[in-house]
Amino acid sequence: MNNKIKRILPQLLTILFVIFVFGFFTINAQVNMDNRGIDFGFGFLSQEASFDMQFTLLDYDGQDSYLWAYVVALLNTLLVSFLGIIFCTILGVIIGVARLSQNFLIKNSAAWYVEFFRNIPLLLQIFFWYYAALRALPLPENAQPWFGVTYMTIKGYYIPSMIWENLNVFMSCLIAAIVAIIFIRIYARKIQEREGKQLPVLYISLALITILPLFSFLIGGVTLDFEMPVLKQLAQTSFIFEGGIALPPELIALVLALSLYTSTFVAECVRAGIQGISKGQKEAAASVGLTPNQILKLVIMPQALRIIIPPTTNQYLNLTKNSSLAAAIAYPDLVLVFAGTALMQTGKAIEIVGITMLTYLSISLAIAALMNWYNKRIEIKEK
Amino acid sequence: MFKHLKQLTSLFAMIAVLFAFTTEAMAKKSKTLKNTQKKGFVRCGVSQGLPGFSNADASGNWTGIDVDVCRAVAAAVLGDANKVKFTPLSAKERFTALTSGEIDVLARNTTWTLSRDADIGLTFVGVNFYDGQGFMVRKSSGITSVDQFKNGISACTNIGTTTELNMRDFFNSRGISYEPVAFEKADEVVAAYDAGRCDTYTTDKSGLAAQRTKMKNPDEHIVLPETISKEPLGPVVRQGDAVWEDIVRWSLNTMIEAEEYGITSANADSMKTSDNPQIKRLVGAEGEMGAAFGLDNEWNLRIIKQVGNYGESYKRNIADTGILPDRGPNQLWTKGGILYVPPAR
Repeated sequence: MNNKIKRILPQLLTILFVIFVFGFFTINAQVNMDNRGIDFGFGFLSQEASFDMQFTLLDYDGQDSYLWAYVVALLNTLLVSFLGIIFCTILGVIIGVARLSQNFLIKNSAAWYVEFFRNIPLLLQIFFWYYAALRALPLPENAQPWFGVTYMTIKGYYIPSMIWENLNVFMSCLIAAIVAIIFIRIYARKIQEREGKQLPVLYISLALITILPLFSFLIGGVTLDFEMPVLKQLAQTSFIFEGGIALPPELIALVLALSLYTSTFVAECVRAGIQGISKGQKEAAASVGLTPNQILKLVIMPQALRIIIPPTTNQYLNLTKNSSLAAAIAYPDLVLVFAGTALMQTGKAIEIVGITMLTYLSISLAIAALMNWYNKRIEIKEK
Repeated sequence: MFKHLKQLTSLFAMIAVLFAFTTEAMAKKSKTLKNTQKKGFVRCGVSQGLPGFSNADASGNWTGIDVDVCRAVAAAVLGDANKVKFTPLSAKERFTALTSGEIDVLARNTTWTLSRDADIGLTFVGVNFYDGQGFMVRKSSGITSVDQFKNGISACTNIGTTTELNMRDFFNSRGISYEPVAFEKADEVVAAYDAGRCDTYTTDKSGLAAQRTKMKNPDEHIVLPETISKEPLGPVVRQGDAVWEDIVRWSLNTMIEAEEYGITSANADSMKTSDNPQIKRLVGAEGEMGAAFGLDNEWNLRIIKQVGNYGESYKRNIADTGILPDRGPNQLWTKGGILYVPPAR
């Protein structure tokens, strides 16, 4: 009996304490808001936002509600995080592998890269890419085309946009190609298990994914046109490109800074992962006659990934949270638009900051869940 | 068992103490004045640097007509115009800082609007600068009027301001598509516009004039003549403390009315013997003008002596610094402007 109480009482006290702390802050906030005549509520979400956004993925207009402004701003945050994660992974893997190179020059430049970019505060890097790099870019009227059709200017990066006809036919061909590739891979594995023969899966896949969509152009009636950005004069010395797609410099600077910064950490994760595999593994694989490519793909990477993924997940989460620094350079992300403009116009500080915090929490948990799932898939299956 | 009981009692004691604090805090309303006098300084929210309105020099001395409102309040309630603690705030932070009690007066070129006055738990106490939103462009662009704006124009501005909303109303009503580029801090807006990121920079005209002085080559930029909105800028206090609200309101009114009656920081003392009872009331020589606020009778005399009247403040901060030498609407009603305050009697 006495033992049972001893076991339960601390837990009970902890729960009571947590409830008390929450209750205290809630009541305190309520009393203070009452005193100052501030209402609590989420009714504002359906009101007209009445401000515009510079860059949106979905249609947004000031007449839309605050809720829609929230969704659109959230998508902007997700876009930056997504692009950042892709680029920092590619760059991180390259730099991480380069740090293990036998070549003195490659090895040391990679090491310098890592030391340089990870030891400068991120906000400074964002400011550098935005203000310093921005000033160095030409005005639209002086811009020289890159790759013939794209223009990098101080007002943004202008690229041609695609105008599709019968896009759905093209998409179905693409999907058909992907499904076919999956089946061929399964079939190839079966053949290998049964007869020990290896099919050139990579070449077959490449052929499928180019030929099938190509057919859609030839016989499916699919056409693709490009709309080129064209210089337009607004005033004597003020020009802009019209048509095509404009990527705002804020987005470019932010993605650049986030991926350069985070790639250094990813690179270190990759290096640690590869170095964590004992030399014997590689030598054993070589002695059974695997090619260097096969050694990397079938022996080293599956083991290294298990070491690489958990710390890399942390870096992805950091990148996503760091994307909130967008507010410093006018990229319309969740913090700038929702926790900034919307908060200011409505004055609903507690509600909006609460929603914003919950949103970042959800994004982080979702990324963590995805990476945990992937980690589970590749970890050693003990039988 | 006994040990846990002891823990439990201490927990309950803690709860009781915390609740005691909250109930005590709730019992005393209108305590801003008392707190200010206890602390010995006025907590004042200002901008992060807007020449003429609130700007700190290299040694941290704040000047500007918004700063003078806070100094006037300090002179009235503490007897010393220098007893002010200034908190620089971004447009985004300002109202939260005020409602959460971090500051007691917000004098930060803030536009008085219905929704701000009614919704957010704030009270505007008056207008210390009548302004309107305008546009700045590069001279070399050849633009001389907003009528020349074309589709695709990019406009730099601050977030969390009425500017952002007016801009949308303006461009929408004219059917012009535009790219809004909204920054959190004014310095960032200026840097981006100066670098050529935007074709135009829009905010209150006084702000444009003040920020222009910060640019690389101020002469290369012009402010277009059109004004697209009404922006009455004034000091703000928290809702719910009527006495404090009155103190701030009448500190501002005193400065404006002192100018009307020709009382300056130099002649305020000699005005005590004036024949005009209205003047005598303004320098604390007649009536009981401070009692209603819980202040002594010379609170207004101290404001005039230490800070000066509105005209002196305007000249010192805005005219002599070359920001807006012409007072425009911010002239007394007796001289063709719209500055008109209720009489102090």
